[in-house]
Formats: sequence, structure tokens, C-alpha cells
Amino acid sequence: MKFYARRIAFYAVTLWAAISLNFFIPRMLPGDPFSILMAKLQRAGGIPAGTENSIRLLLGAAEDQSLWEQYVTYWKNVLTGNLGVSVTNFPTPVTELIGDAIPWTLGLVGTATIISFVLGIGLGALAGWKRGTWVDSLVPSTTMLQSLPYFWVALVLIFVFAVSLQWFPIIGAYDVFHFNGPEWSWAFVGSVLYHAFLPAVTIVISSVGGWLLGMRNMMVSTLSEDYVTTAEAKGLRPRRVFTTYAMRNAALPSLAGFGVSLGFVVAGSLVMEQVFTYPGVGKLMITAVRNNDYALMQGVFLVITLAVLAALFLMDLIYGFLDPRTRHND
Amino acid sequence: MTDTDTTAPATTPDTEPATPPTPPGKKSGVRQMLPSMSGKLLAGLILIGGIVLFAIVGPFVTQDPRSSANDPLLPPQPGHWLGTTSLGYDVLAQLAEGARGSLVVGVTAGLVAIVLALFFGVVAGYLRGWTDEFLSLVTGIMLVIPGLPLMIVVASYLQVRSLWVVALILGVTAFAGPAVVLRSQARSLRVRDYVSAARVAGEKTPRIIGVEVLPNLLPLLASQFLFAIVLAILGEAGLSYLGLGPNGSITWGTMLNEAQGGGALTRGAWWWFVPPGLMIALFGTGLSLVNFAIDEIVNPKLRLAPAAAKSVREARKAGKDKLGRRAAAETVAADKERVDA
Repeated sequence: MKFYARRIAFYAVTLWAAISLNFFIPRMLPGDPFSILMAKLQRAGGIPAGTENSIRLLLGAAEDQSLWEQYVTYWKNVLTGNLGVSVTNFPTPVTELIGDAIPWTLGLVGTATIISFVLGIGLGALAGWKRGTWVDSLVPSTTMLQSLPYFWVALVLIFVFAVSLQWFPIIGAYDVFHFNGPEWSWAFVGSVLYHAFLPAVTIVISSVGGWLLGMRNMMVSTLSEDYVTTAEAKGLRPRRVFTTYAMRNAALPSLAGFGVSLGFVVAGSLVMEQVFTYPGVGKLMITAVRNNDYALMQGVFLVITLAVLAALFLMDLIYGFLDPRTRHND
Repeated sequence: MTDTDTTAPATTPDTEPATPPTPPGKKSGVRQMLPSMSGKLLAGLILIGGIVLFAIVGPFVTQDPRSSANDPLLPPQPGHWLGTTSLGYDVLAQLAEGARGSLVVGVTAGLVAIVLALFFGVVAGYLRGWTDEFLSLVTGIMLVIPGLPLMIVVASYLQVRSLWVVALILGVTAFAGPAVVLRSQARSLRVRDYVSAARVAGEKTPRIIGVEVLPNLLPLLASQFLFAIVLAILGEAGLSYLGLGPNGSITWGTMLNEAQGGGALTRGAWWWFVPPGLMIALFGTGLSLVNFAIDEIVNPKLRLAPAAAKSVREARKAGKDKLGRRAAAETVAADKERVDA
């Protein structure tokens, strides 16, 4: 029970720290984002007083309030789900924009992460099983995959498959000329899958090496354990030793890593989404940055952080259940 | 981890299993921590050395990377070995100048990250108690808060970003990972007999950390440092690609940003965006290959187990299954004992 109490306390403190960080960043850094934004809005036409006040509050330019009062108001807003109003898509609330973007990111990056994990674990287990053979000399080449900047992989894939060969579309999540918006039809689902192929391949290429290497190294360590030697000595079939004795145990650390990377799915591939102009959370954040839309930018940051926290918390609890040792180690 | 602990007198045999005597003719001391020369290590060092050399010498032998006197979008040809950009910059010259920028950012950020990780990891792991709780909490928070979005938010508020500021942001957001690794290692080191002995002998804490604990963390520290450099270079490339990199400097990331903005993709100018990404990948690969060699020091199983498996298989092939197999199993067991000790 102490384990769970500690974890819950940790996540509570982290939650507080993350939300507070979001409040203090605009106030701690030099520069005058408020004036920049105001000048920009003035050029675009007048703005209602309510919006000006909320921007003031967000950027710490509120003149009539003490820092503490601003902090309290900020918390009140966060707790009631009020993250302000976007100035790029005026007057859409930030929460609505984020809500529209999240499914795209979750679907694409989530699926790609799962594919990459399964592929990497499988290949890694085989590479570990075949230790001491020619496979060993292939393993280092996976580090090349890991060192690739993933958005550069995206650029190259677009250049080869979308621009030169014209097999796949260059941008977007579905055919915008064909469909007015998301709808439930086979044609639309097909279009989405077609558009998601290159982005998904990008993610798999740049992340499969890490899983492969981690699993291979764990497999090599596990295979030199006594219980594996015993299993072999008992005359068990290699297949059984491989799956039940070695792979199951070797996969535990990777499983923890998988939990972490699932947590970072929402944050995952900001730059990739920009390259493919994929309408996910990353694209939203970058658009916000480009347009000095600070409310939207910080809203996205907050939502990403909360998503990571929630996912990690869940994984922590599950992992503590899966592997009792973690509950006692700390 | 290393054999340093076997040389210390085993004062409390109940905490550790009896250690086997060090086999004769073994490498000792510092030699033990240096990676043995292998193909991987050599390839890694050549890659790193080549790119560093390119960054140092390159800018002197290429033309001015900011001179737009050339024809735009020339494909690779003599005189412009990597072609030119849409503004007429020579890509090779930009690549050389960019190598400087990227390496400076990478190494600086790596240093910042590793120094912070040393403080938050080793001090926390060694001291325990409330100091540990607090330092670990900070590390944990930084580990959980997603790095790239945080960098984007911070960078977007800074109107003027020099190379050093970007490196600082990258370093501060990247220290948590190495700190966790170092902390767990420092925790296991602090209960070793020779550390206890130093404490009983009245050594001061900073000296114990510096002289007894730190040297045994060196391989791990080195590998985390190299890893931090790769992460920082990748992070800088990402930030710069989004237009949030250092203003006024050329790095591999800003080259990619300009290539995207200049329509290199649709105009078929592969010589513009392929080289910077490839350089990042090659440099990262070089550092990772060196890390492989270091990994095999930190975790001897990785080095010994494949060799043992190989000898078993060769013995079986040679037809002396039972004998060879038993001998190999014994080697593995002996190696394992040494690892555990």
C-alpha cells in the first residue's frame, strides 16, 4: 500500500508543478509577449475587453492584480476547464480546438507506437536468441535508425514516395477535396488509412531500433540465467525455452518502456505532424507558436502534460501489479 | 560493475557472496574501464573523428556559407560538390558551418545535462533521506514533463535566441534521464564495502563522492554524456526545423528549415535536405557505436554471453557436444559469478 501512496503523492505534486510551470513560464522569461500580441490583434481589428483581460492574465500583464490573485484565478480557470480563447481562430475556445485535434494524434501515433513495439520486441527476441551468430553484426545498424532525425525521415519519405513516385499524398489526414469533414463511411476510412501510411512508417522506422536493441540486450542477459540453463538441461524444446522462459522475463523492462512511450503518444511526434501537415495536436501547437497564439500554445502544452501524467500514472499502477518487485524496491 | 570492489577487503561477508579470487593475467585498474578495441568502436571513432575534423577544417576550405553569388538550385557538380540552395548558398559550405553550430550546441547541452544529472543523480543516490527525496522529486517531474513541447514553449517566448541559450534550454530539459540512471547506480555503490570503509575512516562526504563513487560511475557517465549529445543535436534540429532555433547561426537544423521553406521537396532539390539529416544520423551512429563498446563494459553479460553461446555452438558443430557444452556452461556460470560479485 505504501507503494501506491507514494506514487499517488508523486503524481499529485507533479500535477501541481506542471500546472504552475505553465503559469510561471510567461512571467519568468524576458520579452514582452503581451505587447506583441496586442499590436498584432489591433492590426487585425478590435478585440473585446473580456478577451484582452484573459490574455493579460495569461501573460502576466494584469496591472490591477497581485501575482497571488492571478495565480488563484488561473487555477480557477484550469479547474473549470477554461483555457482561454484562441486568437488565431477567434473566438473558438482553446479546449474545443484541442478536442478536435487529439483523436488524429492518438489514432496515428498510438497505432504506430503499438506496431513499432510489437515488431521491435519480436525481432529483438530473435536477435537475442541468435546471439553469437552473424545476427550480432546486424544489431549495431539499428542505432543508425535511432540516430535519424525522425522529421528528416519524413522529408525523405515524402520526397521519394509522394513527390517522385506519387504513390502517397503529400499532406493532410484525409482527402479534403473529396470530403467536407470527418464522416462515417468506408471511403473516408480508406482515405484516412491512405494518408496515415507514410506518417506511420516514419514513426515505426525511427522508433523500432530502440525496442529491438533493448529487447535483444535483455534477452542476452536472461538467456545466461541459471533457470534457462536448467530448462535446457531438462531437455525442453528450444521453442518453449524461448517463449516461456526467456522472452516472457526479458520483455518486462520493455513493457515498462512501452508504458512510458504510450504516455508520450500525445506529445510524441510534434515535428512529424508539421512535416505532413497532419491535423493533430503537434500541428496545432506549432500553428499557435507561429501566430503568437499564446493561449492556444499553453493550452496544448498543458493538455499534453496532463495526458502524459495520466498515462504514466495508469502504467505505474499496472506495472506495480505485473511485477511485484517494483513495489518493494523503492 | 568493475573489479575495483574485489580488491577492497571483504569486511562484511554476510552482505555479499564470497568473491572468487581475481583470475591471474586480468586487466586491472584503469585499463579495465577502457573499452577493448573492436570493429564497432573503431567505426564509431572514425565517424566521430571525421565529422569533428570536417567541422574544424571545413569552413576554412569552403566558400562563404552566406554568399549568394552562385546560381540558385544547382545540382551537385564540380565547384559545388553538394549543389546550391534556392538563394544560391553553397550547400557544402553551409554543411561545414552547420557542423560547427550543431556540434557546439550538442556538446554544450550535453555538458549542461550531465553536470545537472551528476548533481541530481549522484548526490541524491548517495545522500538519501530528505535531500534524496527532494532531488528525486525534481528529477521525476522533469522526466515526466514532455521535453520538446516545453522547449517549444520556452523558445517561443524568447525573441532573441543565441546558440548558447538554445544549448542551455536543451541541456536543462534533458538532464532527468541520465540523472535517474546515475542515481540508481550511485545507490548500489553506496552500500559497497569500500565506500563504507571510507565513511568509517572519517572521510568527508564530498571526498567520498568524488574519489570513491565517481570513478566507478565513469563508464556510465561517459555513455550518458554521449547519449545526451545525440539527443541535444536531434532536439536542436527539431527546434530549428520549426523555426525556433538559434537566430543568425547556421546549424544542420536551420538548413533543414530553409530547405522546407525553399520548397526543396517539391522542386526535387534532394542535395539540399539529404546531407544535413545524413550528417546528424552519421554523427549519432558514431556516438552510439562508441556507446555499444561502453555498454559492454558496464554490463559484461553482453560481451561474455554471445561469446559463450558461440563457443557452445562451435563445439557442437565439432562433434564434442557433451564435453564442449559442459565446459561452455561452466564458463557462463563463472562469468555470471564474476558479474554478480
